Amino acid sequence: MPKDFGIGASSKRREDVRFLTGQGHYTDDLQLHGQAHAVFVRSNVAHGRIRSVNTARAATMPGVLAVFTGEDFKDVGGNPAGWLIKSRNGEAMREPKRPVLAHGKVRHVGDAYAAVVAETYQQAKDAAQQIADDSVIEELPAIIDMAAAVADASNRVHDEIPDNLCYDWGWIEDNRARVDEVIKSAPHVTTLELVNNRLVPNAMEPRASIGEYFPGTGDYRLTTTSQNPHLTRLLVAAFVLGIPENKLTVVAPDVGGGFGSKIYHYGEEALVLTAARKLKRPVRWTAERSESFLTDAHGRDHVTRIELACDKQGNFLAFRTETMANVGAYLSNFATVTPTFLHGTLMAGPYKVPNVYVNVKTVFTNTAPVDAYRGAGRPEATFSLERVIDKMCRELNLDPFEVRRRNFITPDMFPYTTPVGLAYDTGNYEATLDKVMEIADVAGFEARRKASAARGKLRGLGLSTWIEACGIAPSHLVGVLGSRVGLYDAATVRVNATGNISVMTGAHSHGQGHETVFAQIVAEKLGIPESSVEIVHGDTSKIPFGMGSYGSRSLAVCGVAMSKAVDKIIAKGKKIAAHMLEASEADITFEAGKFSVAGTDKAKTFGEIAFSAYVPHNYPLETLEPGLEETAFYDPANFTYPAGAYLCEVEVDAETGKVDVVAFHCADDFGNIMNPMVVEGQVHGGVGQGIGQALCENTFYDENGQLLTGSYMDYAMPRAADLPFYNVDYSCQTPCTHNPLGVKGCGEAGAIGSPPAVVNAVIDALHRGGITHVTHIDMPVSPNRVWSAIHG
Amino acid sequence: MTKVSMTVNGRAVSGDVEGRTLLSTFLREGLALTGTHVGCDTSQCGACVVHVNGAPVKSCTVFALDLEGATIRTIEGMANADGSLSPLQQAFQDHHGLQCGFCTPGMVMSSAALLAENPRPTPQEVRAYLDGNICRCTGYHNIVKAVLAASGQDVSAVAAE
Ligand code: FES
Ligand code: FES
Repeated sequence: MPKDFGIGASSKRREDVRFLTGQGHYTDDLQLHGQAHAVFVRSNVAHGRIRSVNTARAATMPGVLAVFTGEDFKDVGGNPAGWLIKSRNGEAMREPKRPVLAHGKVRHVGDAYAAVVAETYQQAKDAAQQIADDSVIEELPAIIDMAAAVADASNRVHDEIPDNLCYDWGWIEDNRARVDEVIKSAPHVTTLELVNNRLVPNAMEPRASIGEYFPGTGDYRLTTTSQNPHLTRLLVAAFVLGIPENKLTVVAPDVGGGFGSKIYHYGEEALVLTAARKLKRPVRWTAERSESFLTDAHGRDHVTRIELACDKQGNFLAFRTETMANVGAYLSNFATVTPTFLHGTLMAGPYKVPNVYVNVKTVFTNTAPVDAYRGAGRPEATFSLERVIDKMCRELNLDPFEVRRRNFITPDMFPYTTPVGLAYDTGNYEATLDKVMEIADVAGFEARRKASAARGKLRGLGLSTWIEACGIAPSHLVGVLGSRVGLYDAATVRVNATGNISVMTGAHSHGQGHETVFAQIVAEKLGIPESSVEIVHGDTSKIPFGMGSYGSRSLAVCGVAMSKAVDKIIAKGKKIAAHMLEASEADITFEAGKFSVAGTDKAKTFGEIAFSAYVPHNYPLETLEPGLEETAFYDPANFTYPAGAYLCEVEVDAETGKVDVVAFHCADDFGNIMNPMVVEGQVHGGVGQGIGQALCENTFYDENGQLLTGSYMDYAMPRAADLPFYNVDYSCQTPCTHNPLGVKGCGEAGAIGSPPAVVNAVIDALHRGGITHVTHIDMPVSPNRVWSAIHG
Repeated sequence: MTKVSMTVNGRAVSGDVEGRTLLSTFLREGLALTGTHVGCDTSQCGACVVHVNGAPVKSCTVFALDLEGATIRTIEGMANADGSLSPLQQAFQDHHGLQCGFCTPGMVMSSAALLAENPRPTPQEVRAYLDGNICRCTGYHNIVKAVLAASGQDVSAVAAE
């Protein structure tokens, strides 16, 4: 019987009721008395020197209240990079200032160099256009192609960075010589050059920010579309504007998806706060979708050459990669860690490969900043590995299932330290492979292939066996590696006097369903109804200092903090119960919502203990403080390592090059499962984005740096008819060994594991159809690319 | 500014609008019906779908002034009279057809229009009908499942298809 409440139950999401009735509360829904509207003046050239920004005419236009330019912010701080990476030669990365508004130069189309605040949105928009018309920006040659950017020292995104290189990173540098040697002498080496296509995250809610200033107290409030309000507060207050943190409240109310793009602090947030202080009125800004395309941090954009050395049986001997990673025009907050520690450290996959070396050159270009997007570095690693393994299998005529099986780290080998520095705690990769082969009915594939062939279609089967690292930690280790933030999280559990519970979490839900799932955990542990537990998130004035939600960390880090806070509640409850029941604390047990004296029928309910904590008439006040509220901070001892096996079946129409995903099967190991319905939903969403990357989506800048895919007319978002039903299994569970919930995280898995499965399936279909000269097609595997590959 | 009057969710309303005021703006800012969302500027995402005289319309593509006398229904008018979720809304919750909820109002309005036209759609028909509604969170699986379930079809085997 499936459980109907608590841990492991598919509890219906409580947040759905407000979303389904139009009662959600997103940033742009907020209307404030006296509000004014900000509109940004954005560069229409990719690279240009700002000769003059003339705001005189705009300032006198109807309704205009204030005008800002880069000059107004040249003395405040820049938006910082959250992770310091060192180059192979020991030099620190190049870190150009990222100003609130561009000053001196504009560096990508959409780069804001001025802003107008007016009584109405239309008035602000008209005045912004006037500033654009009155300003002089001398266009410079755009730096778009990464190889050219590094080769030509005369043309610079940032004048002080001669070769447009942020860093040249080697991981692990000590492996390099040995890896080179093994590859030189290996019986077989497969080489693959590939592009991991640039993506626009496209959360459906555009970014929006509202600044307020309260002159009576000098307090500020920022309501903004953020995945991590405390981090945003820290960045905008301490680093950019120099406001004391305790004078700024950041509220992230209902947020319509993030996928990474709403982790970061953006200049618009600093602008609306500055304008609100100046005007003593609320100032709001909501991005148009075009602005989202131009200015939200993009994802991926790697060009990679990977080599796989193996013996003739396909036993892996070494991987070596060289990657150029596009970071765009400025360093977004986690832009430097994404292609390095979130990518290079995963380059051993789930395999017992003895030698791995990764080189990443991260390059500035005149494009929007690039940062973590769902999966963040791990999809890039997985794609490179799983594609080159498939290519090797074809070259040596080996079975791709068998080759992976032969190279898997086996369950008896954990904990297992990879040559790229991670210590996997637990896993069973063969189990997920067996499971996916079972649920996908691999045995029946040949019959399905024939049926497709009878309809004139080529059918193919593509495998990907992936691993990722979530809940990035521990802080002392990431500090050594260059992180400038801690990576713990926090929760406060407040038992109210009447026994119901408010939980304040550092995690932020923007679609993940924390309000439901976190309540399930607390309810289970305390033996009370889920409806007695309320989850509070997204408001820095209410929640403890947590790091927010990204990197599949909500449950594995913040959920564990919450669980630990509940443990403290139970421990204190035992002390209170011992006093009330006149027993020794050691004899008190807690089960199903009752504190009992072991071996007797003497007991107090959870509600009675809570009441006593707040009305402490019969209470050990000499030794125990009244009240029942506990906070826990949790800094994990290690990452968690979800893993799995994905199988994709496609049909390819060789006449047109069109690819249809006809089936997609997932066998995942997420450790213990809190809410199966929500886990499946997370996998669906991730796989949907992964198939989108593989088949539809691409972000294309022309040689002048104009974004040609700047709207939903040109950027191919996957629609309902582009995607299949997904078959998701999560029964292979090896619980995480170092967190008490045994959970691993499931938010990014789908986006990590799926793209190579899709591309492998397309290549497989072509080969089975006799088209054997095609060994690789870059994503998106569009009809045009497939057709050209077939005929090329 | 010109005065426009219409019936929204059964209530007679009026307001002063400019010629360029979109229905989506009038609903959100004029009437504080913020359940209708705006997700794009090219009439592609469908987050803004409402019913105008019974037909699904992207409210970001029509001017409020052109709708004098029209009957409008928005997501705020979709629940049962007692405030409980309608069968379609309930199916979305039961089958986890939403995550962040931003596309959801448009999805519900479009799906309701589909079921009014075609009470027992196939999965392919649901997917084709929702072509103008983008969701970034769900991968559509559970949206399609919810719509099929709301039409009274058995969806227990959907994942295995
Ligand atoms: S807002 Fe109307 S279609 Fe996107
Ligand atoms: S539920 Fe988030 S966009 Fe659909």
